[in-house]
Amino acid sequence: MSLNRRNFLASSAAFSSASLLPQVVLAADTIKLGSILDTSGIFDAYGKPMDMAMRLAVSEINAAGGLLGKQVEVMAYDTQSDMALYSQYGQQLTRQDKVDVVHGGILSASREAIRQTMRRSNTPYFYNVLYEGGVCDRNIFINGVTPAQQVEALVPYAMGKSGKKVYILAADYNYGQITARWIQKFVADNGGETVGVDFFPLDVSDFGSTIAKVQSAGPDLVIAPLVGGAHLSFFRQWAAAGMNDRIPLASTTMGVGNEHKVLTPEEGNGIMVAYNYSQELDTPANSAFKEKWAAAYGDSDLIHEIAVSNYQGVKTWAKAVSQAGSLERAAVIAALESGLSLEGPAGKITIDPKTHHAVLDVHIMEIENQGMKVIETLPQRQPIDTQAVCDLQANPDDNTQYEIEI
Amino acid sequence: MDLTVVILVEILYAVASLILISAGLAVVFGMMKVINLAHGEFMMMGGYATITAVSFGVNIFVAMLVIAPIVVGLIGLIVERLVIRHLYGRLIDTMLATWGLSLLFIGLATMIFGNTTTGISTPIPGFAIGNYQVNGYNFFIIVVAILLLIAMLVILKATRAGLIARGTMQRPDMAAALGYSPDRIYMATFFCGSALSGLAGAVLAPLVGLVPTSGGAYIAKAFITVIAGGPSLIAGLISSAGFFGVVNQVFTFSISPVIGEVALLVAAVVLLRLLPQGITGKFFKGKL
Repeated sequence: MSLNRRNFLASSAAFSSASLLPQVVLAADTIKLGSILDTSGIFDAYGKPMDMAMRLAVSEINAAGGLLGKQVEVMAYDTQSDMALYSQYGQQLTRQDKVDVVHGGILSASREAIRQTMRRSNTPYFYNVLYEGGVCDRNIFINGVTPAQQVEALVPYAMGKSGKKVYILAADYNYGQITARWIQKFVADNGGETVGVDFFPLDVSDFGSTIAKVQSAGPDLVIAPLVGGAHLSFFRQWAAAGMNDRIPLASTTMGVGNEHKVLTPEEGNGIMVAYNYSQELDTPANSAFKEKWAAAYGDSDLIHEIAVSNYQGVKTWAKAVSQAGSLERAAVIAALESGLSLEGPAGKITIDPKTHHAVLDVHIMEIENQGMKVIETLPQRQPIDTQAVCDLQANPDDNTQYEIEI
Repeated sequence: MDLTVVILVEILYAVASLILISAGLAVVFGMMKVINLAHGEFMMMGGYATITAVSFGVNIFVAMLVIAPIVVGLIGLIVERLVIRHLYGRLIDTMLATWGLSLLFIGLATMIFGNTTTGISTPIPGFAIGNYQVNGYNFFIIVVAILLLIAMLVILKATRAGLIARGTMQRPDMAAALGYSPDRIYMATFFCGSALSGLAGAVLAPLVGLVPTSGGAYIAKAFITVIAGGPSLIAGLISSAGFFGVVNQVFTFSISPVIGEVALLVAAVVLLRLLPQGITGKFFKGKL
């Protein structure tokens, strides 16, 4: 059955991009938007909706008359979930296609594979994904939530609903390690205690002994920044052991790729999360966005957090270009640094000039019947983790990803 | 006290799942000397067969214990007829061919089911041991593994079909001289091996999030268990799965899951250095 939906989506995506072609041919001079995403391979559940979102944003821009009187042309490359292809296509975009901007990259590894290429070739680069924070580079703009933005909101709420003793189960790579450290900090700041931290390689899918271990530590709350398909087993086995009625669960990753739609309601209900976007967000902007998506692609089921980030990233760039009245890199960056903000499907997003990260709304949500019910909205959260280490106004030549000491 | 029981259950469960993961490979590799690198993909297909059957309204136990083994067994049969039978006795060639098959199956599963994680929830509720909640499904896996071992033992030891199969694996020429077609017997054995892999994939499916590449997670453990087990089929399975299961869980509980996995691999290296023929190459000699 998913075959049909996928085929339909693939063909409708192809159709909508094909419908851009005549306009591109007509306009002698176009603006080139480079996109580099994993739309096949193991990360395609993230990449495909991101690609659809980018094309939706571009077709809206073009329908409204384009930018600076020109149509926007998409140059998209599928990196097939292969990190080696990022550097290759990154070079191609900047050297051969000479694009005016690049949007894309999903995993942090893929971002780091192309970031320096973009910087060297003076191509503004937008990385529209939630990630571990700390990148400080004047050429890049990042509009996803960072651990501090998420965790700062999630931890007090989750502890308020459960208790002071917290157990952390995290994925064993930089995202999980860094997020676990932030969780420990905010647990301590809120007067709680971390009673245990365990890290899991991405291919671990058996959590039986871990579940027993957690119980012997007796926490009031488990926070699980676990990543990927194998780790999804944890939520399933946790419910199978009957633990979901006993110890509340919170996560910083559950649902980013719509994982909550794979779990049954009994398995998923009650898991607490905090993101910038939820399909269940009840705002006029979100309803309008979902309608536009459904009109372009049939239904809006596939929309997820980072697809919306990608959409907002493209729109933010477009707004900066029209404000600057130019495609020139310095002018566009100056416009973005002017405190530019955008009303997107996930609410207001403002570029923080100091870090090139985003000030955005964080919604605390609970998973309910395979949806994310919004409990509370914390408006305009600052990216405090990156702000602690990065100041591009003072050091415009900075080019590092900081490991934030807490 | 409660914790001891819980740890014991987890160890038994780890041993049982190693036995399940390795049983199909033990038949195909241990008996037939075919290095089936697509073993993990056979398991993955067993998982998808179960999930598909359940979504069509079939009872989950029927789907796991009947439909998945038959579906994967039939796929195995086709593979044997088309590919494997031309390659008996050519170890390296079968490796290459089955590796290609594994890529093909991953590709096909991706085309049919998509690359997103799917799964079904476990059909058995959790229950309490003292103050601890444990996954009730663990017991189901332990029971299935025990029944599987008993069934294999009975079939190989007490039935004529088992005798013929064992005889053919030892001396195909003699079996042929006695009027049995080795070709047919290999075919049937490969069917059974594939069906066992399908069963394992199906029974483990409710515990994991299934993606087309899930098979990769099992293949290394399956080969380690079978090779360390040595020449005897059932005694080898029990002894090596028992050894690795205990090592893995003891380290997982006392230190961390990562160290548990590392300990399993280190134990395998040490074991094969000391007993290059596997456990049953030295102990339980001549047992089944």
